[in-house]
Amino acid sequence: METLIDIVLLGFLVLTALAVAKMHDLFAVVMLSGIYSLLSASLFLDLDAVDVAFTEASVGAGISTLLMLASLKLVGRFEKRTRYRPMLALGVVLATGTLLIYGTLDMPHFGSAEAPVHQHVAPRYLNDSMEEVGVPNVVTSVLASYRGYDTLGETLVVFTAAIGVISLLRVSRRTKEEEKQKTPADMQQQIILRVVVKWLLPLILIFALYVQFHGDYGPGGGFQAGVIFAAGIILYTMLFGLNNASRVFQPEHLERIAALGVLLYAGVGIGCMVLGGNFLDYNGLSHDPVHGQHLGILLVELGVGLTVASVMITIFFKFTWRTVKHKYVKKR
Amino acid sequence: MNILGLYNYWIVVVLMMIGFYVVIAHENLIKKLVGLSIFQTSVFFFYISMGKISGATAPILDEQYQLYSNPLPHVLILTAIVVGIATTAMGLALVVRIQEAYGSIEEHEIQDQDTQDQMESRLEAYGFRKKHALSVRDLDE
Amino acid sequence: MIDHLPILQVVVPLLGAPLCILVRNPRAVGLFALLVSTVTLLISCTLLQQVLLNGTLVYALGGWAAPWGIEYRIDYLNSYLLLLVSAMGAIVLVASQSSIGGELPRNRHMLFYTAYLLCLTGLLGILCTGDAFNVFVFLEISSLSSYTLISLGNDRRALTASYQYLIMGTIGATFIIIGVGLMYMMTGTLNMYDLAQRLPEVHNSKTVLSAIGFFIVGVCLKLALFPLHLWLPNAYAFAPSIATAFLAATSTKVAIYVLIRFIFSVVGPVFANTVLPLQEIFVVLGVSGIFATSISAIYQLNIKRLFAYSSVAQIGYMILALAIGTPLGLTATLLHLFNHALMKAALFLAIGGVVYRVGSAQLSHFAGLGRQMPWTMAAIVAGGLSLIGVPLTVGFVSKWYLVLALLENGWWPLTILVLISSLLAVIYVWRIVEWVYFSSPRIMIDEVKDPPLGQLVPIYVLVIANFYLGIDTSLTVGVSKKAAEMLFGGVF
Repeated sequence: METLIDIVLLGFLVLTALAVAKMHDLFAVVMLSGIYSLLSASLFLDLDAVDVAFTEASVGAGISTLLMLASLKLVGRFEKRTRYRPMLALGVVLATGTLLIYGTLDMPHFGSAEAPVHQHVAPRYLNDSMEEVGVPNVVTSVLASYRGYDTLGETLVVFTAAIGVISLLRVSRRTKEEEKQKTPADMQQQIILRVVVKWLLPLILIFALYVQFHGDYGPGGGFQAGVIFAAGIILYTMLFGLNNASRVFQPEHLERIAALGVLLYAGVGIGCMVLGGNFLDYNGLSHDPVHGQHLGILLVELGVGLTVASVMITIFFKFTWRTVKHKYVKKR
Repeated sequence: MNILGLYNYWIVVVLMMIGFYVVIAHENLIKKLVGLSIFQTSVFFFYISMGKISGATAPILDEQYQLYSNPLPHVLILTAIVVGIATTAMGLALVVRIQEAYGSIEEHEIQDQDTQDQMESRLEAYGFRKKHALSVRDLDE
Repeated sequence: MIDHLPILQVVVPLLGAPLCILVRNPRAVGLFALLVSTVTLLISCTLLQQVLLNGTLVYALGGWAAPWGIEYRIDYLNSYLLLLVSAMGAIVLVASQSSIGGELPRNRHMLFYTAYLLCLTGLLGILCTGDAFNVFVFLEISSLSSYTLISLGNDRRALTASYQYLIMGTIGATFIIIGVGLMYMMTGTLNMYDLAQRLPEVHNSKTVLSAIGFFIVGVCLKLALFPLHLWLPNAYAFAPSIATAFLAATSTKVAIYVLIRFIFSVVGPVFANTVLPLQEIFVVLGVSGIFATSISAIYQLNIKRLFAYSSVAQIGYMILALAIGTPLGLTATLLHLFNHALMKAALFLAIGGVVYRVGSAQLSHFAGLGRQMPWTMAAIVAGGLSLIGVPLTVGFVSKWYLVLALLENGWWPLTILVLISSLLAVIYVWRIVEWVYFSSPRIMIDEVKDPPLGQLVPIYVLVIANFYLGIDTSLTVGVSKKAAEMLFGGVF
């Protein structure tokens, strides 16, 4: 059964990817790439990677598609046809593909339990993590404890992206002032949506908190929670206008929260050092090692959640302010 | 036998190559980013596939199950997904600014304009005065 | 405290970056970043001293022993590069205190310094780590922050350069994770030293071969090996001068480190050469890169672009020396890595001084500056001499070792090619001298003079280092030799 689903999904993925390559309407391309992400999420689920599926669905199909649509609004919808025949590109791709296919020939078979991947490092995570870390979701214990340093790096990557987007898409105070004087948001007339969202919003935010704190036991964790929280705020912004949303979430505060999230994560590491362990060695945080691990994971996941939520909201705001600004540039 | 055992990886390679082709052969800057994300997502399949064990379940420990898939590739790919969205966001912001500065996001049109700029500065080097160049700063803030 | 130095090396700038956001005030942020980078430099000095005294330092992050956790492993090779990167990071920041105002509006200063510290964090993280996947994570931190730094340039071409770098860099990084994934698949581990022990068992498999191919191509994209260098010239030419000085001195060097680490510590040089014609490929690409890009450099009108092309040519020398495949050749690579960083940092900072006063890096704007900015121009000439490889400069030391290594192997024709290529460097440096000293000034305004002391001092620190380390080579040659012997001895 799993194999059948696997093949069907892969088939759909190939079709979607081909359609992306073929289409010239960028709107369709972006929507297809959203579909591609959603199909990937399903495939990940089929391959037992529940946390990855969760993340891919919220990031790839959610935030990433949204950002692409926002930029399409700024850059225009149609791709022009290329003038030359891209033989060189085709050659490079074929060479790369051949090397990869050649590489697959000696691979252990798909799904085999004897593959080297399952022999050396991974068994310890599955067998001992319950005593050593005490968290049933092994992905969480590897992510936040065994390889917690990678996750600190990952949080820093998100933070770096925010710095990049902020510096590229700055909007002057004047534009913001002008925006305040005017006009309802684009979708402000959609009464039904507004009513529905008013009901949905608290549920979305509570769900985000659930995902944040339930990551130890089920799929989820700081990253997914941050994205869901941001999605709720983005939904609100689309229906009730940037002005209302940015009254609650002021850009400077968001930047500070993003920085604080990283500081919280790295600060836990420093704290562990002060208490006599190595960097990010949570065992020392409490008299009982497993208790210490729990506390450490809780805190670093909180750091991740704070940074991710505020960065995603910031990035969305920056793109939206840019569209607002373009409206005025055209008018002036 | 061999073919059946590897079909998954082969389809994944095809997906990767479609994405890779879109990145390097297309000239529209947004399309390139879409291609890039397809390329990266396909690499994720490759990682997740190698962690799969037939008949196993998701690595959330429970007394009902004995066989779990390998959690390590999942962790690595979680990180890689985050890196992917960070790159996409950064790339899109750059595309927006390029559109504002050049009025186009097609690679060859941008190159034409750059060549023109270069010609102007070459002329300037030999003593011609450049006419007032388009200021990027107007659009910046 | 000493035990924690390997992690503090990375965590200090890592904490510094978000703190910049909390500091906010433009002037204070600059000073704060300088403070952070100075502390980082001090840590790297202590680390090098420790490694020279006690040998390799190992640090298990999170208290989990490798290969289950991630470990930091500092030996001769990376402590040497840590010193280089953190020293460049600190010196460039001294100059930025006064020059940044010339190129960036005040409201961008905070973002610039944050991105700068993030980039420093990323590069140091790549150097310290002993985990193959962790390399990718920190590579992306340094790359994303470099894209930001480059896009802050004033010309609109900075944006396209940054975009192009983003595409090429991401393709490179994706190739690297494909390579890491294939190796993980065959061995079940991500730790580099564990990989080194487990790879020999699966040496003959096609999968490992393709893994090595992907990893090396990915790294070569990052280190701008000819013909994969297309992103580099524009990125260096249109980034703010401070960012160019920093990136030119550090980022490609770190990528070369990754290549060396991978070939020597993970795969093993003998194996890498027997299964892949690596030596031949590197010799051909190295030599053709030296010539193609040196000739391009001669035709450039923008002096930053000129030196950017020259950087790609210097990478060619390093790769050529690496391809020789002897301890002496590797010593030459490591020496040139360090020395080239010294030259390019001095040159780009001096050019930054010109941009600060004149507002442009066009060659024609340098006309007659020899009289108006005597100190800055003297620095550029000194850097140029070092680039050519004139005796008493560091450039001479590294070329000397390269020639020695080539002769040791009896590679006569290549030796002659290297000497001829130095003449190309003479030509492009001479073009600058001609504009600077033998043309009449363009603008007869008194305002054009040397930049403030805040910039001249770091420029001259680097110029003096160019001569001092060209005469007293005990530090650079000593450590490079030790590192090369260690890598060939296979002792970690």
